[in-house]
Amino acid sequence: MSQIRYTKDHEYIRVEGGEGVVGISEHAQSQLGDIVFAEMPSVGTTIKAGDAAAVVESVKAASEVFAPASGEVLAVNSEIEATPGLINEDALGRGWLFRMKLVDPNELSGLMDESAYADYLKTLG
Amino acid sequence: MSEDAVPKTPLHALHVELGARMALFAGYDMPIQYPSGVLAEHLHTRKAAGLFDVSHMGQALIEGPDHARNAAFLETLCPADLVNLTPGRQRYTQLLNETGGIVDDLMVARPLDADGLLRLVVNASRKSLDFALIGERLPRDVRLTPIAEEALIALQGPLAAATLARLAPGEGTQTMAFMSAKPVRIAEFATFVSRSGYTGEDGYEISLPATQAEMFARLLLTQPGVAPIGLGARDSLRLEAGLCLYGHELDESVDPVEVALAWSIQKRRRAEGGFPGAERIRKALAIGPDRLRVGLRPDGRAPAREGVEIVSADGAPIGVVTSGGFGPSVGGPIAMGFVDRAHASIGTPVGLVVRGKALMARVVGLPFHPHTYYRG
Repeated sequence: MSQIRYTKDHEYIRVEGGEGVVGISEHAQSQLGDIVFAEMPSVGTTIKAGDAAAVVESVKAASEVFAPASGEVLAVNSEIEATPGLINEDALGRGWLFRMKLVDPNELSGLMDESAYADYLKTLG
Repeated sequence: MSEDAVPKTPLHALHVELGARMALFAGYDMPIQYPSGVLAEHLHTRKAAGLFDVSHMGQALIEGPDHARNAAFLETLCPADLVNLTPGRQRYTQLLNETGGIVDDLMVARPLDADGLLRLVVNASRKSLDFALIGERLPRDVRLTPIAEEALIALQGPLAAATLARLAPGEGTQTMAFMSAKPVRIAEFATFVSRSGYTGEDGYEISLPATQAEMFARLLLTQPGVAPIGLGARDSLRLEAGLCLYGHELDESVDPVEVALAWSIQKRRRAEGGFPGAERIRKALAIGPDRLRVGLRPDGRAPAREGVEIVSADGAPIGVVTSGGFGPSVGGPIAMGFVDRAHASIGTPVGLVVRGKALMARVVGLPFHPHTYYRG
């Protein structure tokens, strides 16, 4: 069973076992518009929750992606380099950014589940 | 500021109806993009035709006893040869401050059959400053009249000429040369048209009364291949075309020579001077400027944005990026910036410091995407 959690900065982490797949939310990709470049963290680096871990860039602007949790980067989505538009087409699926090993699953309790995130988006107007 | 107090263009309701994402630009609530998005809008303009609402820009008339008087006055503020601007033509120039820095860049058109009249188009963000500057220097027999009650609509792209010709048969819009300007009746609308634009494509900028702008825009949008384009794509199009944007390449510290606009200072003005900052500008023309605006192509895929530091191959600071992003038609990152003269030749390898790392790039010629202006 996987569960998805969102940050207030519109990253998601889909957790299964002790690992999480990180990307940006459907809302975030739609706000950014056409994504033309993504810079990924290096595999093997350890990141802390809240660190700037990746960058996604639209035609207009660069936007940092903050790590939703702490742990080691296990893999990055190599398809994104050639086809960054995948983030727009399928943010929650093929547009994932990186996979990480979680050091402390309790960190996730501070994040929002699907319905809490939907409520949060409504507050943003 | 209350929502009602934010200035809107005459096409505001149409933008909202078309689903535009609106944002404040130069104080106006403007369409940044429509639902198709910046990338699609950019590419559409290059292959068909884009309609741009640029009504936020400042339009004004200079009226005096005759052309010679008007032109002689404007030449005290601008370095272009305006005295020899022929009727029916338009010229690109700059308003300069006392040190030769650029207060604004603008278009000056001399309509046919109106000897004592010039039409100006200036930047939205600078118009009140421009009009104040011109206003305080006006000789007694020359008047400046801002025309706030006119909209300005650009139609740009390879289908622009055929589109206007269809709506304005017999008006000769198709054979107007680049940078010519004249009154044109388009369908039932009385307009003033220049063959110019800000995309590098063939196209027109069309002035008409604000009260008719929405009807006119709707008519254009019914034509095959014409789509509304937002300011997002307008910016990526002008960057690919190597065109300057005020507040980015241009500001009051920058002179026309270093920003590679020396072509807009005609021979007579170079020889005679008589414009603000003439000493600095003529010196830069004679011996070359200390720094120069150049095109930059990163080797990789990462865009380098405005403000990014430019370093030499051995890491020494040599300049700064003024505009940078992704060029949809180029298919990769592109940028413009100032570099010192020793590093300004085409092919020079440079580094662009993005997020602490120097990304390899090369100095390249401008534009990034070839201009397709109609030169007759």
